[in-house]
Amino acid sequence: MIAGRSRAKRRLAAAGLYAAVGLYVAFALFPLFWTFKISVTPQSLLYGEGITVWPSAATLDNYARVLRATDFPRYFLNSVVVSVTTAAIVTLVASAAGYSLSRFRFRGKAAVAFLLLLTQTFPLVMVIPPIYRLMGEIGLTNSLTGLIVIYTAFNVAFATFLMQSYFDGIPKDLEEAAMIDGCTRVEALRRVIVPLTLPGMGATLGFVFTAAWSELLFALMLINSENQKTFAVGLLTFIGKFAVDWGQMMAASVLALVPACLFFAFLQRYLVTGLTAGAVKG
Amino acid sequence: MTSLSSQMAEAASRSGSGGRRRALLAALEPWAYLSPALVLIATVLLVPLLFGIGYSFRKFSAFRSEFVGLGQYEAMLHDPILGQALVNTLWWTAGSLFFQFFLGLGLALLLDRDFVGRRLVQAIVFLPWAVPTFLSGLTWAWLFNPIIGPLPHWLSALGLKAEPTNILADPATAMWGPIIANVWFGIPFFAITLLAALKSIPSELYEAAAIDGANPWQRFTRVTLPFLAPTIAITVMLRTIWIATFADLIYVMTEGGPAGSTNTVATYIYVSAFKSLDKGYASAVAVLLLALLILYAVVLIRMRRLFARDA
Amino acid sequence: MASVTLRNVQKRYGALNVLSAVDLAIADGEFIVLVGPSGCGKSTLLRMIAGLEDISAGEIRIGERLVNDVAPKDRDIAMVFQSYALYPHMDVAANMGFSLALRKAARQTIAERVAGAAGRLGLEALLARLPRQLSGGQRQRVAMGRAIVRDPQVFLFDEPLSNLDAKLRVHMRAEIKALHQSLKTTAIYVTHDQIEAMTMADRIVVMHDGVVQQVGAPLDLYDRPANAFVAGFIGSPAMNFLPARVWRAGDEAAVVLADGGTLAIDAALPVRDGDLVTLGVRPEHPRIAASGALAGEVAVVEPLGLSTQLYATLAGQQVCSLAMGRVAAAPGEPIRLTAEPGDLHLFQRETGQRIG
Repeated sequence: MIAGRSRAKRRLAAAGLYAAVGLYVAFALFPLFWTFKISVTPQSLLYGEGITVWPSAATLDNYARVLRATDFPRYFLNSVVVSVTTAAIVTLVASAAGYSLSRFRFRGKAAVAFLLLLTQTFPLVMVIPPIYRLMGEIGLTNSLTGLIVIYTAFNVAFATFLMQSYFDGIPKDLEEAAMIDGCTRVEALRRVIVPLTLPGMGATLGFVFTAAWSELLFALMLINSENQKTFAVGLLTFIGKFAVDWGQMMAASVLALVPACLFFAFLQRYLVTGLTAGAVKG
Repeated sequence: MTSLSSQMAEAASRSGSGGRRRALLAALEPWAYLSPALVLIATVLLVPLLFGIGYSFRKFSAFRSEFVGLGQYEAMLHDPILGQALVNTLWWTAGSLFFQFFLGLGLALLLDRDFVGRRLVQAIVFLPWAVPTFLSGLTWAWLFNPIIGPLPHWLSALGLKAEPTNILADPATAMWGPIIANVWFGIPFFAITLLAALKSIPSELYEAAAIDGANPWQRFTRVTLPFLAPTIAITVMLRTIWIATFADLIYVMTEGGPAGSTNTVATYIYVSAFKSLDKGYASAVAVLLLALLILYAVVLIRMRRLFARDA
Repeated sequence: MASVTLRNVQKRYGALNVLSAVDLAIADGEFIVLVGPSGCGKSTLLRMIAGLEDISAGEIRIGERLVNDVAPKDRDIAMVFQSYALYPHMDVAANMGFSLALRKAARQTIAERVAGAAGRLGLEALLARLPRQLSGGQRQRVAMGRAIVRDPQVFLFDEPLSNLDAKLRVHMRAEIKALHQSLKTTAIYVTHDQIEAMTMADRIVVMHDGVVQQVGAPLDLYDRPANAFVAGFIGSPAMNFLPARVWRAGDEAAVVLADGGTLAIDAALPVRDGDLVTLGVRPEHPRIAASGALAGEVAVVEPLGLSTQLYATLAGQQVCSLAMGRVAAAPGEPIRLTAEPGDLHLFQRETGQRIG
């Protein structure tokens, strides 16, 4: 801290800092708080107390009804299957590709890196019309497999850059020491490099899971049978189909937030490295 | 793949005939690790992209398609919805980007300072990044709903609106809904990337500037901003492209309505691909969007070069 | 244990020649130091011997075996890295025993060999620690231990001491030397520090710009450097170089400096009157003498206690003179120096090659 300002001025600056921080925190939390608030408001109080800060009585009825009387548990499970599978495959594929970019010098490497960067910035709406048709032709509409394939391809470039940055953080010396100690390259990878990149792989897994969990447009387009819907699709069709049951919808939303928030808690410390490595992932 | 084969040939000739197999394998090894990623990207992104460009020259109906040349592009010229969507896209992108960037920069500058509870605050303010986009959209749509959301009542209490009605239902104000949701969702992205860049500025620089007599504002404009400039340039460019093609929020909140007032090119592509049988027209609009984005990127890169030369 | 033979070993990256035609025969049990400024190719050469870099041309043999196309793991070598390259996720014992575990040695054997090496290096108490819990010096020892456990044909060292502080470096230098004397394993050691080279090597290989400049025992290099580069690189403080012209008449020969100062040289040297040469004088050789032929002015006096370093301006150049004990001189005073003909080095001005 640079000295020399008067005490009063410094206090004023501190007050300003905390006020600004407080505004950001309020802005970030308010929508989530509101969703939670409506989800615990009893149906009977909703219209009377819909806009008060906290209802006069709170209930978990909405959650009970979502879990027992709707298809949301099914949607939730589908989303878990899609997101976990996508994350696992992407992490494996991106680890291999990131390792290659990090450890080898070869002709065409710059071109590959450029191609990956390009697919990162690639507007996905471009492929919406053809994918809709092509997936229909090979029979992958209405299947979670189709979604997994698409999500895997969409996330692989970002994850590759992320994994490359983790591999870059491991000194090449370690691998060479292992090779002199008696490892083949593959053994050195398995016994030295992989154990050291496990946290990075965990972070990649989390980033891809979050991205897959959030995806809506392709899922909405490709899935329409009730038992294949992901959470996002289920929630959106729920709004269209039924007379709006606010309490239930918000309870379902809070449930969908849970895995995202869990992964976020884990990912928090990787955010800075992750987003800067990927540079453009939103 | 000519480069690959010549590389292998070179590798093979380098060590004698005994090492040829080894050299060949060594040349192939990096490609072996890359191949799953490249195959995935090629089949799911590049091939559909080519198909999409092909589709844009065809007209599709229930059971058949026919080649119509530039017919779809000609149709775009007479499409008033597309014209409005282009204007909307501009507003949507510029509005979102402006607030995301400046609020994100402000947040990054705050988080770059030391204060009590900084780690917890950072976790909270970055949280919207992790909220699934469809939930961000729904949550904000509900906040604007006069029955269950407080915002219309607050706006009317402040005198900004005569009646506590839903701004999403009014074509004059509807676009602000998705923009606000997008700002909420996008601030963390800018804050995170700019914070990483801020952290890489050596503190000696600030100290040296202070000793040289720079006041805080001068330190910001003479030290911080020049250091951030490359990061800002690249993130703003990429983010523009990303926002311009980002359809989820708008689709969830308004589906492009009311009266097409929030319809952007991206949502238009999505809705026409999804709801009409003619994938050809949607593809043609997508090609137009891609062309506009490439044009934007090229202009921006040119401007940066020009700027860099002058500086 | 084995000899190492390099024949016409070359390294090119595209058109860039990193190493040109290195020939070197390293005897069984010898301690060889590769020394030179950074970028001279010494590390590349070591990595080629290890198998970590391809060889563009030539042959490398370990013992009788040609190893050009042998993978590092099959060369039966051990290497100590500058960064130590300890496996961060393994404790000290696992780090040291890793190579034996890879060779599927019995658990018992591994434990014994690790304990033996740990005893030698004083690491017994640290075997269960992770590398991040060790100090720099301890990490260095573990890296050495990992190499010893192997009992390899050849030890390779890549600047193993350059991350240690000065005091520890001197200590480890002696320890590595002692270790080599008891193990008697062939060792190839890379450093940029000529003092390490002088103190540790049986023979030194001086490299510059990818070319071997001279190979020889430390004092041979010191006393008879093959060229001006070696002369300037070996020895600290460095040799003084002064441009001079040969004067020759009958049985007498001398060099004349730019300011006319004259020093007699060995008349048997193959030089002709008027030859342009570079005169080299090690700092310990100029003597202060009232009758000295070279007149200059004292510039800086550095009393070090045991000795005194005196810098004088002579013929427009700074000359360092090292004398034992104290010297009564102050900056600005005139000074006269002389040197014996046998202590002078002459190099060709153009090529830098030694004349005598």
